[in-house]
Amino acid sequence: MRSFAYVSAPDVASAITAIGASPNAKFIGGGTNLVDLMREDIETPDTVIDITRLPLTGIEELPGGGVRIGALVRNSHLAADRLIRTRYPMLSQALLSGASGQLRNMATVGGNLLQRTRCAYFYDSAAACNKREPGSGCDAIGGFNRNLGVLGVSESCIATNPSDMCVALAALDAIVEVESVRGTRRIPLADFHRLPGSTPHLETELAADELVTAVELPALPVAAKSRYRKVRDRSSYAFALVSVAAALDVRDGMVSEVRLALGGVATKPWRAHEAERILLGAPAGEESYQRAAAAELSAAVGRPENEFKIELARRAIVATLRALDGSVA
Amino acid sequence: MTLHPEVRPRPAGHTMEVRLRVNGADRTLQLAPQVSLLDALREHLGLMGTKKGCDQGACGACTVLADGERINACLTLAVQYTGREITTIEGVTDGELQRAFVRHDGFQCGYCTSGQICSAIGMLAEHAAGMPSAVTEHRHGDAELTDAELTQAEIRERMSGNLCRCGAYNGIVDAIQEVAR
Amino acid sequence: MTQTEVASPPRSEAKELSVGKPIDRVDGTAKTTGTARFSAEYPYPDLAHAALVHATVARGRITAIDTADASAVEGVLAVLTHENAPALKPALSPSPLNLSSMVSGTSLDYLNTDEVHWNGQPVAVVVAETLDAARHAALLVRVTYDQLPATVDFAAEEKNATPVKGDLISPGEEKKGDAEAALAAAPVSVDLRFTTPPYHHNAIEPHATTAAWDGDRLTVHDATQSIDWVRKHLALRFGVPVAGVRVIAPYVGGGFGGKGSVWAGTILAAMAARVTGRPVRMVLTRESIYHTVGGRTPSAQRVALGADADGRMTALIHTSVSRIGRIGGRPEPVTAASGHLYDAATILLQQNIVELDLLPNTFMRAPGESIGTFALEAAVDELAGELGLDPIELRMRNEPAKNPLDGKDFSNRMLREAYALGAEKFGWSRRTPQPGSMRDGRWLVGMGVASAYHPPVQLNANITVRLSVDGTVVVRCGFQEMGMGGATVQGQIAADALGVPLASVKVEYGDSELPIAPMAGGATQTASVATALLAACDKLKRSMLALARRSGESPLRGQRLDRLEARDGGLYQIGKPGVGEKYTDILGRAGRPSVDAAVGSDTGLGAVAGQVRFMTKFLRDRRRWVKAATGAHFCEVRVDPDTGEVRVSRWVGSFDVGTVINPKTASSQLRGGIVMGIGMAMSEQTLIDPRTGRIMNPSLSEYHVPVHADVPPIEIHYLNEPDPTMPLGLRGLGEVGITGVAAALANAVHHATGRRVRDLPITLDKLL
Repeated sequence: MRSFAYVSAPDVASAITAIGASPNAKFIGGGTNLVDLMREDIETPDTVIDITRLPLTGIEELPGGGVRIGALVRNSHLAADRLIRTRYPMLSQALLSGASGQLRNMATVGGNLLQRTRCAYFYDSAAACNKREPGSGCDAIGGFNRNLGVLGVSESCIATNPSDMCVALAALDAIVEVESVRGTRRIPLADFHRLPGSTPHLETELAADELVTAVELPALPVAAKSRYRKVRDRSSYAFALVSVAAALDVRDGMVSEVRLALGGVATKPWRAHEAERILLGAPAGEESYQRAAAAELSAAVGRPENEFKIELARRAIVATLRALDGSVA
Repeated sequence: MTLHPEVRPRPAGHTMEVRLRVNGADRTLQLAPQVSLLDALREHLGLMGTKKGCDQGACGACTVLADGERINACLTLAVQYTGREITTIEGVTDGELQRAFVRHDGFQCGYCTSGQICSAIGMLAEHAAGMPSAVTEHRHGDAELTDAELTQAEIRERMSGNLCRCGAYNGIVDAIQEVAR
Repeated sequence: MTQTEVASPPRSEAKELSVGKPIDRVDGTAKTTGTARFSAEYPYPDLAHAALVHATVARGRITAIDTADASAVEGVLAVLTHENAPALKPALSPSPLNLSSMVSGTSLDYLNTDEVHWNGQPVAVVVAETLDAARHAALLVRVTYDQLPATVDFAAEEKNATPVKGDLISPGEEKKGDAEAALAAAPVSVDLRFTTPPYHHNAIEPHATTAAWDGDRLTVHDATQSIDWVRKHLALRFGVPVAGVRVIAPYVGGGFGGKGSVWAGTILAAMAARVTGRPVRMVLTRESIYHTVGGRTPSAQRVALGADADGRMTALIHTSVSRIGRIGGRPEPVTAASGHLYDAATILLQQNIVELDLLPNTFMRAPGESIGTFALEAAVDELAGELGLDPIELRMRNEPAKNPLDGKDFSNRMLREAYALGAEKFGWSRRTPQPGSMRDGRWLVGMGVASAYHPPVQLNANITVRLSVDGTVVVRCGFQEMGMGGATVQGQIAADALGVPLASVKVEYGDSELPIAPMAGGATQTASVATALLAACDKLKRSMLALARRSGESPLRGQRLDRLEARDGGLYQIGKPGVGEKYTDILGRAGRPSVDAAVGSDTGLGAVAGQVRFMTKFLRDRRRWVKAATGAHFCEVRVDPDTGEVRVSRWVGSFDVGTVINPKTASSQLRGGIVMGIGMAMSEQTLIDPRTGRIMNPSLSEYHVPVHADVPPIEIHYLNEPDPTMPLGLRGLGEVGITGVAAALANAVHHATGRRVRDLPITLDKLL
């Protein structure tokens, strides 16, 4: 790891002032991704601003039934929170399916939003990677890409977003609150992460001097009946090959409300709008689920190594919806 | 706007004073900010019981307790833990779990063992506090969340952040389950 | 007289025995309290730290290496490159006549050449006051290369493989009859291709070396499985006397073969210490381990089996292609088990090799048998399917009475009994044969079996045993403890051989100052050390008796050793446990503080004699017997019909491993093999980019070794019958556990799903 200057910010104002003063600075929270990337020489900040002492650790119920989560709430605490477990079980499950007990005790909500890809070519500085080094090319497209994306990909980049939490947040219409010396902004999660296009190094809408301060979940009664299904190469402690966050409400045999998002298959947390559109008002059941999954995946671009993800995603979507409608335990 | 006195960056390459409370004792170190908590414990405090297996947050050998919560010491900067209470294997005083590891042969080479034991202590505390795991079953919309029984499946899922390449998993799980009863 | 007789004389009333009991490990407290010291954990004043810089091309020449920025980092003591590194003396050419010559992981003289032979080769070493400075500076070394064409794609080169020639240690082509003709004529047959990927050991302890020079004397704390060979190798490479090199490695944090050879880190740590005049510690990063320590070769295998309508095998063909490096490695004996498992009328075993511009392969747990039994035992399952026979029944119909290849006797073989025991414990009779016919809720359930097979080898071990007037026994032998429980098991053996309590036996190990022990590998160590230990204990008892007989007062006066047994801390007449004398009394009367016994010699003629003795015994033994640890694996898997996720839900291993010295540590070793086999079968693979030869998943997050949640309760059962040709009847069991595991899983997955996956690992995409 290269050396850097370290500061610890006592409050939000100091933190955003400090980052405003150092263009190549990074905030550090739990450090679980940043420290690893600094050790790999992929992140090379000259200043690291410690934000773990900021008072952003609350989980509060909002009037109307939503929940506001401080950016420094740690993953394990959020997953265990009773409000989250009862109102948004998919979020609790997504968090618990990520990483390990130790890492969940360290990782923060804000940091999880900014988690970077696990693409092998991004991690190896000997390889060409447009995300790490804009314009250098992409060795992943013709290389090992079994764990990479089929949705939202470009000629420049097929790297997947590795976050589980963000998949649930995408399904839940979460809002990300960010702050800088210029003031506060509220960014819908759906817009927070960017598609790679020709600029895969630009991963989020967050400006270099902005601090994530909170995530808000709107009231969403359907989410009380939701789940997160993660499919991976080990039984635990592995990144998703495919994951599905889904909430479903069925009235009189028809889908009255649905939320669906995918992880492991896309370059950003993937809200399955097309599938939701087909499902809404359709008869609950295998045929509708198949049709919705196929429609969502019709734009998927597979490569020899990761083509299977399209079929796997289709099956995972259908199985998750089936489990939610009560037809399968 | 002027910087808060505490947030004036120290120049890169320089060391700073880091005060940790380790196994009940106050320790003051001069460290470069990039020194991980793990390297601070091993290389600067000589506490070699905490192990470095991957330095990537992928094996759990470096697990220590910070204010009673298990963390990976390799993926954190020591300076971030100023003022926190760190417990390493050298500070684990309740020998019951350790004796259970020996009885159940919950290790072979012994290299991952400190991390397994510290992780188990943290895990048992998490479970006692009612924290769920990925295999905890809940009925949707349950107003009253019931706590998970600490089955072998629960222990295995909750301990999955600690790799053991010798494959002593059965003994580890048996040892933890015996102590948890 | 066999060793078994020495250790178990007839006796009137049972004496308290330690062997056979599930004794807790003697190092348990050290390992569970964090006090066991590993190679990177020895404090030295003025210790400096080293880090490696790796090549990023597969083959070429270094045209420039810029170390200015690295050298400028505060605290950097030296940046070693091929431009300034001291010359290394050449290593010995590998020869099976001198086993220590085979300890070089590669033939490269590190930092002595501008040539690059593999992607990841160390091209510079940074030495600094702190670990952080060394790592930081290593990032700043800039290397430019003139690239040369490189051959790195195993799959593409498979067709260019050439036959492996046999040598003293491993055979070339082996055949009985005309197997191809018999296959063509067989009424029922299968002819199948299997592939296995490269694997890495991934011991949790990183390879680490702490090296300190004092003039021409070198002390090295090294994470090694081969204390003595590391010592000889370092003496040779640095041109210093062997006697001045000390290698210390009491605790090794897992090896599995990866720490069996000398790799770059060890040599370069010693070099860095020599250049800087400082003690140097080099702990390899996980990435550096992948780049500098070889792994298991990938393989492509053909298994063809022919049978008559009753399932009696008429042809067994097993051929393989594997790889070595252009600068080292040995062909993995992929077909090693295939000549011993089935009574086929004709047999053809043949291995082929390609040489690639990659870091050479190396030993990894059960080299040969682990991947070879995957193909063979999966093919046997397929043949059973063709025949409509239960896979155990097919095996029983072909279980040989003599070694199938050449008709030699088995020393003892109880595979039939292993299957019977395992089937009962597992509940095999509950299995319905039709694939896809068993379910548990929505899960598809499958059950599979496969045979395990691994031959034991004994190497030469030297040892001393001291019995003191206070009643304590000290066993001294320079073996290493990396989880096998060596100190515990050898302590048990010594306790019984001398008739003393285990608590009074102390075993000293892990230091080249001790008598030379063989490397820990090939499941050899326990049996090798036990042979020497039993002989030394025998000598010691003779000395004690001789001492006693000198005194007219001793009740042992006029006694012969063959009428005595060692028990209760002394020697007593067989059948008359009251007649005899304690060792402490014998020594006390004689005014002797202690008596020593030694077996083997570490130096000069004695060492040569030991080597000759070993080779003679090895070859003679091989002429007379075929012996092996064997077993039957039974496993149950659950497969998610939607996603293809496989969960291993149950495991029963039933083993014929000879005498079990300590069921607790033995079961752990066998379980460990099975767990590694589960990883090999289901999730592990090293990804080597066929365009660049670069390892693309050099981490424990992307190379998927099994985690807790992947591993079900594993039941281990033993037949516990001594092998009459082995010391105490024991066979090594460090390797047999992994053999057959991948096949048992592939067979279970087929039973659950109807899918045959013949290319490992069995990832879920192959089941969609």
